[in-house]
Amino acid sequence: MSEPLLQLSGVHTHIGPYHILHGVDFAIPAGELTMLLGRNGAGKTTTLRTIMGLWQASSGRIRFDGRDIAKASTPDIARLGVAYVPEAMGIFTDLTVRENIVLAARSGPVDRTRLDWILGLFPALKRFWNLPAGDLSGGQKQMLAIARAIAEPRRLLLIDEPTKGLAPVMVRSMIEAFRALKEAGETILLVEQNFYAASALGDNVIVMDDGRIVHSGPMSELVEDNALQQRLLGLSLDAHQ
Amino acid sequence: MSDMTADASTELPRARSDWLPLLLVPALALLALPFVGSPSTWVTLTVAGLAMGMMIFLMASGLTLVFGLMDIINFGHGVFISLGAYATLLVLGPLAGWATADSLGLNLALLLLCILAAMALTGVVGAVFERVIVRPVYGSHLKQILVTMGGLIVTEQAIHAIWGASPIPIPLPQSLRGAFVLGDIVMERYRVVAVVIGLAVFTGMQLLLNRTRIGLLIRAGVENPEMVEALGYRIRRLFVSVFIAGSALAGLGGVMWAFYRQTLTAGMGMEVMVLVFIVIIIGGLGSVGGCFVGSILVALVANYVGFIEPKLALISNILVMALVLIWRPQGLFPVARR
Repeated sequence: MSEPLLQLSGVHTHIGPYHILHGVDFAIPAGELTMLLGRNGAGKTTTLRTIMGLWQASSGRIRFDGRDIAKASTPDIARLGVAYVPEAMGIFTDLTVRENIVLAARSGPVDRTRLDWILGLFPALKRFWNLPAGDLSGGQKQMLAIARAIAEPRRLLLIDEPTKGLAPVMVRSMIEAFRALKEAGETILLVEQNFYAASALGDNVIVMDDGRIVHSGPMSELVEDNALQQRLLGLSLDAHQ
Repeated sequence: MSDMTADASTELPRARSDWLPLLLVPALALLALPFVGSPSTWVTLTVAGLAMGMMIFLMASGLTLVFGLMDIINFGHGVFISLGAYATLLVLGPLAGWATADSLGLNLALLLLCILAAMALTGVVGAVFERVIVRPVYGSHLKQILVTMGGLIVTEQAIHAIWGASPIPIPLPQSLRGAFVLGDIVMERYRVVAVVIGLAVFTGMQLLLNRTRIGLLIRAGVENPEMVEALGYRIRRLFVSVFIAGSALAGLGGVMWAFYRQTLTAGMGMEVMVLVFIVIIIGGLGSVGGCFVGSILVALVANYVGFIEPKLALISNILVMALVLIWRPQGLFPVARR
């Protein structure tokens, strides 16, 4: 088996006096979509922020494509090809949709073919191209946040709860967009609370609880095992459908 | 990308335009006209107010960017105004003859050299100030107030040590003295020059902020510096660059203020800081456009009120600030905050 694109080994993270991550270990294979699940406060967002360097790991190793990035700065990690979409989306509301995308294309003008592909995934953005991003609805902002993350080819997308608070129709659009990203060969680590969305998308699943990994494996295994779902997540897929 | 925009143009919703604060300036001017009475006096007061507004804008624009982008409360900003003013001596010393020469070209060249010297000096001192004084206290407003005040005192004392504690008179270049007289309307030449320079700087800043990538980064950084870093940009470098640019702009404002007063004192920057803080609060922290409109508003009100009811002139600025904040608590052009 080839080396995973991202590997966390024994990662601990403290925020002030609080010990949030307690020795997190997992691996993300290239070209697959891995779901990171867990109840509120399990440490999912902290895990993504620690990978991105926004909070420094107190100890442990984070290897990305063979390099240890545990102590690297956020811009350096981004420059290695890691894109991050935070839960709050991080849209620059004073900038237009176009300016948000332009800023994300660090190496120069946005490639026309890629832009067409992105706007094909999120057609709503086309209508609002020259309007302030602050004027977009919540779902459209989420689309912009993801469009911005893929404005240039990236090696890993870290996406935090993209369907949170969205209307069902918007959730379905998001699922379709992630399917298209999967087909394009993107490697994605996706935090999600919506198990229906997670099960529809994930190749692999990692479940966290109280800052620890309590399960990891193929998504199909979890989908087929109601008892495991109950034990890990306190719910079953049936309840979400 | 442009033709893509065209594809969608027929169905584009309209962007919200916030013109209301911009209308305040002409509305205020028109409101003052019947109270002032004489149209020629009104024009004189208005041009003088615009000139004063431009000088305040030059001194305040750097601070609003530093405040907005870096979340730094720099009480030492005034010292860059003073330093910029004193930098004129570096030019006026060797080129004193250019100030008295009866040549508009030489006089303007002298003013330009003073501005360049001031911006260079305050830019360099700004870089040191950021590294030594500001950087250790990122994220702590109370410490920022204390250490930047300390930096201000130390730098003011350094000015005393270098140039002496006594006020130093400086001559206004020959061609910039006197006034243009159009019928009953009198407009001081230097004030017209100040308006032109202020407008040029404002236009340049608007172009930089809205038409360049570095401007996009500054605007994005004001709103969400963490996300700018997550996109791969080194926000610290941007912080330092903006701090240096802000200090240099204060230096430019200091030159214009120095020639207006025609006297240098080490505390001249600190004396205008209350006004500077008022305009950046009125404008909306981090907003260059707001700072521009706020500066003009404050200066015009001070001029009109000073003419109509001099006893109220001292409180007019505070009154303007209170009214604006009652109307818009985040300032005229609030910048989205993290």
